[in-house]
Amino acid sequence: MTGILPSDILRLTALSKSFLDGFHVCQALADVSFSVQKNEIVCLMGPSGCGKSTVLRIIAGLEAADSGTVQSGDCLNASCVHAAMIFQEHGLFPWLTVYDNIAYGLRLRVRSGKEGEIKETVTGLLALMHLEAFTGSLPHQLSGGMKQRVAIARALAIQPLILLMDEPFSGLDLFTRQELEDEILRIRNNYHTTFLFVTHNPEEAVYLADRIIVLSERPAVAREIIPVPFPHPRDTRDPGFIGIVRQITGRIRLKEEDVHQD
Amino acid sequence: MVIHHKILKGMVIPLGILVIWQIIAMHVNNSFILPGWNEILPFLLTPLAPLFGGPSLLENSLVSLERVLAGFLLAILIAIPLGLLCGWSDEVYTYINPFVQMIRPVPPIAWMPLAIAWFSIGFGSILFIIFIGSFFPVLISTLDGVRAIRVLWLDVAQTLGATPLEKFTTVIAPAAFPFIWTGLRVAFGIAWMCVVAAEMLPGTSSGLGYLIMYAYNLGQIQVIVAGMVVIGIIGILFDYLFRAGQSRLFTWQGKE
Repeated sequence: MTGILPSDILRLTALSKSFLDGFHVCQALADVSFSVQKNEIVCLMGPSGCGKSTVLRIIAGLEAADSGTVQSGDCLNASCVHAAMIFQEHGLFPWLTVYDNIAYGLRLRVRSGKEGEIKETVTGLLALMHLEAFTGSLPHQLSGGMKQRVAIARALAIQPLILLMDEPFSGLDLFTRQELEDEILRIRNNYHTTFLFVTHNPEEAVYLADRIIVLSERPAVAREIIPVPFPHPRDTRDPGFIGIVRQITGRIRLKEEDVHQD
Repeated sequence: MVIHHKILKGMVIPLGILVIWQIIAMHVNNSFILPGWNEILPFLLTPLAPLFGGPSLLENSLVSLERVLAGFLLAILIAIPLGLLCGWSDEVYTYINPFVQMIRPVPPIAWMPLAIAWFSIGFGSILFIIFIGSFFPVLISTLDGVRAIRVLWLDVAQTLGATPLEKFTTVIAPAAFPFIWTGLRVAFGIAWMCVVAAEMLPGTSSGLGYLIMYAYNLGQIQVIVAGMVVIGIIGILFDYLFRAGQSRLFTWQGKE
């Protein structure tokens, strides 16, 4: 492994993680190493159950790795990585309005009397995510896509170093999904946000990512890193695009077959 | 208009029963068995008049209400924090739960002899009974509320930087609040039943329960029925207040 590049915003080295599944120890991650650079969109793919979500949860500090390191700038462990996470389900607090959901993280940090600053940030994010009309709505009044927009705004509010996205659009219809994928690209361009994006959908990965990291079957190793060299916006019907989608689909299928043969 | 129709429909059966009651009462023509509403209503319409040379219907109602509110508040003050704590910490839950499950099935009124022995006749023992009656519904609903919280919400709070204490105040407490509110509503109903029952026992000298037993001893069935009507009205009133609060406070509930 090479040393930390100045542009690396996050570097994982030899992460391993086991779970106790009943009486069996089940190893999810064996040796996961990769890095993410500033302003990059990296997609994490792999066969189902290979531990993609676990990688994100470790970076977010929701779970501890058994061994290995998560480095980010001067920060040498996951508990101090300034990451925000978007989950498959929106996870909005149903008792808070859209405004208050977005302000949630800011109110934790800015502990006293800076409601003016909070308002400025939240208003900006409402505009960015096209949510102005829903400022005072409760989550249950919004569509699935709108809820995920609020969740993204809420995560951006704390100005994270990296945004971890755990299959955020898999519950949405195709149209809404494409719309939100374009939003991600727009946010990346305008705000220089960095994304680490878990998805099951090869097309989504190739549409968004600068690089795609394919994890192996359990216990997971980050074996292949596939760069996607096309400029945005990408044409999903372009032969090169389809070629990479096929390449990734093949890799993941192959691995799932290996598992079945065991 | 639809709401008005519903209310009207709901009134059909009570009014029907009143009419049938009145017809039977006129046939029976014995106010020791079934007094007519012409005999009962005067008591309800003059709630300030002294009864049997003692406190009025209203005064007795206020005494009962005061006791209920005191016992109810005491129960809330202990049950909600304890429930939140139990829901928050498995350790505390493991210690407390078996004890709660053992005490809970005992009907509150069965505590009366012990309550009298410990707190003597009067306010203290009645307060204790009401406390016992309302404590468990509040505790258990609080517990359920905390345990029903989605782990996802806690994960979200943590990734946005919430400390354990902040998770408690900004996620656990608001998410459990609707459950707690339901517990309060159930508990108030039980407390209200407890106070009347406790007041009926020998030794008390005020309250609606006492009034009913006193009227029974004097053969004043009209007053008994009047007392029962007041008990019902107060019960409905509070239940309505709790429900109104529920629909106003928790529009989000069950609709994530």
